[in-house]
Amino acid sequence: MSVPVVKVEGVTKVYGAGDTAVHALRGISLKIEQGEFVAIMGASGSGKSTLMNILGCLDAPTDGDYWIRNLNAAELDEEQLSVVRSQLIGFVFQSFNLIPKTSATRNVELPLAYQGVSRSNRRARALAALESVGLADRAEHQPHELSGGQQQRVAIARALVTNPAMLLADEPTGALDTASTAEILALLHEINRKGSTVIVITHEEEVARSARRMIRLRDGAVVEDVTWAA
Amino acid sequence: MGSLGLIEIWRFAWRGISANRLRSSLTILGVLIGVSSVIILTAVGNGSAKSVKDGIEKLGTNSVTVMRNGGGGGFSRSANSNTKPLTINDVKALNDKIRAPQIKAAAPILNAQGSCTYGTFSSTPQSMKGTWPSYFEAANSPIDKGSYWTNEDVTNKRAVAIIGTTTATDLFATDSPIGQVIRCNGQKVTVVGVMKSKGTVGFQDADSVVLMPLTFVQRSMAGYGGLSQIQVESVDAASTTLAMDQVTTIMDAQHKIKSATSADYRVLNQASILQSSSTSSKTLTVLLAAIAAISLLVGGIGITNIMLVSVTERTREIGILKAIGAPKSAILSQFLIEATLLSVMGGISGVLLGIGISHFSVLGVKPVVSLTSVLMAFLVSAMVGLIFGGWPANRAASLRPIEALRYE
Repeated sequence: MSVPVVKVEGVTKVYGAGDTAVHALRGISLKIEQGEFVAIMGASGSGKSTLMNILGCLDAPTDGDYWIRNLNAAELDEEQLSVVRSQLIGFVFQSFNLIPKTSATRNVELPLAYQGVSRSNRRARALAALESVGLADRAEHQPHELSGGQQQRVAIARALVTNPAMLLADEPTGALDTASTAEILALLHEINRKGSTVIVITHEEEVARSARRMIRLRDGAVVEDVTWAA
Repeated sequence: MGSLGLIEIWRFAWRGISANRLRSSLTILGVLIGVSSVIILTAVGNGSAKSVKDGIEKLGTNSVTVMRNGGGGGFSRSANSNTKPLTINDVKALNDKIRAPQIKAAAPILNAQGSCTYGTFSSTPQSMKGTWPSYFEAANSPIDKGSYWTNEDVTNKRAVAIIGTTTATDLFATDSPIGQVIRCNGQKVTVVGVMKSKGTVGFQDADSVVLMPLTFVQRSMAGYGGLSQIQVESVDAASTTLAMDQVTTIMDAQHKIKSATSADYRVLNQASILQSSSTSSKTLTVLLAAIAAISLLVGGIGITNIMLVSVTERTREIGILKAIGAPKSAILSQFLIEATLLSVMGGISGVLLGIGISHFSVLGVKPVVSLTSVLMAFLVSAMVGLIFGGWPANRAASLRPIEALRYE
């Protein structure tokens, strides 16, 4: 069996200390294989965003182990973690998080720039990524000139352009209307069909239902982990 | 791996600056104002100090004037018959090298009043003096054209004169006055030389002057009474105070003065009068430097402020950059280069503006730019920009990505 993309063992996360300590995660263990489409469900406060931040190496667990491919996140230093984020992970946020006053192409180019890809090469790849999300004609637009759905598609293009091992989407449709939600979901599925691992954090049932596997969190622990037949 | 080339980082920094034109130009403006005001203010201070110093040098730091007490003008303690006039004997005593080693020369001065004419032109000199050739040295009055008259002219009571440039212009316009005969108070006088210009100090035009042999002025204009003044020159500027003491000792002996309060003469050093105004101009320089320091401080706080706000505002952006894989070093160098570029651009334009404005006179003072103030202003603002741009950027780049991302 191949190495799982994500392996989490007994991960806890505690914010604060003493009486005011908040246990966001209370010992989570799970495995996600290459090519899966996983929805992580839960009400607000269930710890799903904390889990996503740990999976994306944006935050460190208080205790427990996290392997991404065969790398133990706890054993990596700052610079190595930035390389992991650069090479293995693609992020999509609820609030898009595009760099303001910067064109769509430049936003998509950024992760490649930090990988040291040459200018002409990364421009070509950025344009290709924008085309794959259907925004070739908006390449030179700045974020504020784009609709929410379009901004999220630019963000997806930016996450995909490095061919990451997994795509982490945190409430990717949370700020979008129904039509845009459907578009973005279709796009994520298409990406998954092409072989990428997609992990979506959501509290919306219909988003979760479209996934192949659903992990439900409550009070920082996994309460349900189901896989539907394709 | 995962590295961003140096040129690439510069390009990113430049893009960061140009993407936020207003913020960038405000930062530059802050640095510019701080730097240029420091340069201008210290230049004005230097300029006024220099003009006072030049004035002193023109008048001669070595010259000492002996005046009769109560003899018109000034506060008089003993305006009665006890006062002795200044005499040629006093001058001779002051020229005694043994009793007064610090005195280089002493010259009598007899003031006359009146006007001079040449053809249809007329001039009323501010001072018309009868004196000895030693005056030219004692009063720091070299000639520019022609020649000096001599001791022989004094002995023979010859009607010769050296005139100042203002008088020369009044009477001769651009023609050469040398060898021409003018009439002073009706007396024919031959002009033999023109003094070098000394300029105007206050209301006194040092160039509106006619100098003639003492004996000639006594015979034809002012009579044989006491002298108006005695002009004394010390051997050098450092011994002026000592020379003044020697003048006092000799004059006390000449006039049989027992105590300083009963002296019938006064000893003045024109330079010492100006020295006090030079002290006040030093005070002015210190004051201006203080203002400059404050403006540098205010400018620095302005830079600090805008850098802090700009980096804080971009903490989220830093979070995004980290999330998509930017290493801390790349983020930090980008922000440092941005801060440096802004500070240097502001600094250079501030230096140019400051030097530019310093070419005009400010409140009648010709500013003198000092290299120290230029360097100080530039370095301080660049440092402030770097530190207060770099420090918050370092703080933001060191945050965990999620903390930077959550920053609102």
